[in-house]
Amino acid sequence: MENPKTIQIETKALNVAIHNNQVLKNIDIQIPAKQLTAIIGPSGCGKTTLLKSFNRLLEIQDGIKIEGEIVVDGINIMSSGLNVPDIRKKMGLISQKPYPLPMSIFENVAYGLRIHHDKNQKELAEAVQNCLQEVGLWSEVKDRLHDPASRLSVGQQQRLCLARAIAVQPEVILCDEPTSALDPIAAQQIEKLLLKLKKDFTVILVTHTLRQAKRVADHVIFLYFGKVVEQGTAAEFFNNPKNPETKAYLAGEIS
Amino acid sequence: MLASVFIVMGSLILIVGVIVFNGAPSLSLQILTQTSEGGFYLGAGGGFLNAIVGSLLLALPATGLAFIIGIAIALYLQKDFLNPSIANFIRICLDILWGVPSVVYGVFCLTIMIAIGMTGGSVLFGIIALTLLEIPIITRSIDESIKMVPAGLKETAYSLGSTKVETAMKVVRRQAMPGIIAGVLLGFGRGIGDAASILLTVGDSNYFPTSLSDQTAALPTMILNLVSMPDQVVQNKAYAVAFVLLMIVLLISIITRYLTKKSSKHIIK
Ligand SMILES: Nc1ncnc2c1ncn2[C@@H]1O[C@H](COP(=O)(O)OP(=O)(O)OP(=O)(O)O)[C@@H](O)[C@H]1O
Ligand SMILES: [Mg+2]
Repeated sequence: MENPKTIQIETKALNVAIHNNQVLKNIDIQIPAKQLTAIIGPSGCGKTTLLKSFNRLLEIQDGIKIEGEIVVDGINIMSSGLNVPDIRKKMGLISQKPYPLPMSIFENVAYGLRIHHDKNQKELAEAVQNCLQEVGLWSEVKDRLHDPASRLSVGQQQRLCLARAIAVQPEVILCDEPTSALDPIAAQQIEKLLLKLKKDFTVILVTHTLRQAKRVADHVIFLYFGKVVEQGTAAEFFNNPKNPETKAYLAGEIS
Repeated sequence: MLASVFIVMGSLILIVGVIVFNGAPSLSLQILTQTSEGGFYLGAGGGFLNAIVGSLLLALPATGLAFIIGIAIALYLQKDFLNPSIANFIRICLDILWGVPSVVYGVFCLTIMIAIGMTGGSVLFGIIALTLLEIPIITRSIDESIKMVPAGLKETAYSLGSTKVETAMKVVRRQAMPGIIAGVLLGFGRGIGDAASILLTVGDSNYFPTSLSDQTAALPTMILNLVSMPDQVVQNKAYAVAFVLLMIVLLISIITRYLTKKSSKHIIK
């Protein structure tokens, strides 16, 4: 890379097989800190799998075989003897379909604070308010903080998930097609939020819409059939792609 | 559709009708609020409050014990903790135990009682027999409701840095709560109404039990004893007892419905 940026996550020869099906093949990527990296590629190419390998969430399924290194802040998180919850704590995950926890709006945001920090009621309330303000949800929910989170609209739920993730104070926010279940307005809100959040967090956004990647990404990784075909800055990637497959994908010839 | 509704409703009305019709004449404040007098089965006076209290003192602790043991097993059976093939083997064992006739649990406890030289019967062994009877029911019901918790919800909990135990106790438990409550009711209903498991283990008594080693009367065994008497008047008392048993189960169902509704408030669909 031409300008030296701090690298948040680096994978070395990462291979993942699910039930003997080789899903990720020799992934070598570098994800710069405090930037928005988009992972793009057609359906089934392994985007979700790659994202979930970063916080070791893959291994809760069965039939998973992972080889290679994933280096986060200089530590290979695949090495044995590490406390997995601590690794996950560093990375907030926003999934395609928002999953509020079965508790109130307030308790959803407070959840991570309760399990990781010893906070008194007042500090807790303040932190919850801050996180909800950060995602622009505070004014919408401040009068019904103790309502079930499931009563929020899907767009609101997705922002709640973001608030809940940042409450844990992660370094990285992993987003798996966070806007695909949302209407255009709600999707735009999330996009704007991610752009705002990249000042404080490293944001990784899995998306299958090229236009979204073009709008928000600083850095792009193109996955195709489990392989990294091309990675680089967004400007390079979109204006001057090197690989013929990237060109074909950008031209809409493969999807 | 309509036919099945008709059959279910029909048999329910028939059963309740027969119990009320035959039991109502014998029901009185006296029979509900007094303990049995000597020779109750031969037509003597008194009531069966001792059996009501006895049944509750057997079924409530048994359900509590079975719940504590059951929820621990059910949580442990999930693939987060236990290899799925071992877990499935345990599930099969529990399903077999569920199908075991309750008299077997009674005989099992009786064997132990004889081995340790106990005669007669005791509240303690009644509780043990009912606990054993209820464990498979409660465990498997809770297990099934936990299995229904969406994988995405568990992933969410893990991705927030929860440990396995935190995920199970703070997230999975809440989501499965309505199912857990329903499972406990199912166990309690089976426990309080079962005669065969306690017939051999609790004995009989005209008084309230005051310790775990006392014998006690219970509603289902009292029904059995009463209907086996030749006197029609005594037999009708059995229906009165059955009526009270029915009311207890109804009351518990209402409480459960209320609790289920309350705990469903935050459930994610
Ligand atoms: N549990 C599983 N068992 C077997 N194969 C799996 C499993 N999960 C994923 N795969 C396979 O792994 C490959 C990559 O899946 P993944 O979900 O990472 O794709 P994706 O790029 O996120 O796709 P999409 O854009 O549709 O979400 C797919 O071919 C899929 O069939
Ligand atoms: Mg995906």
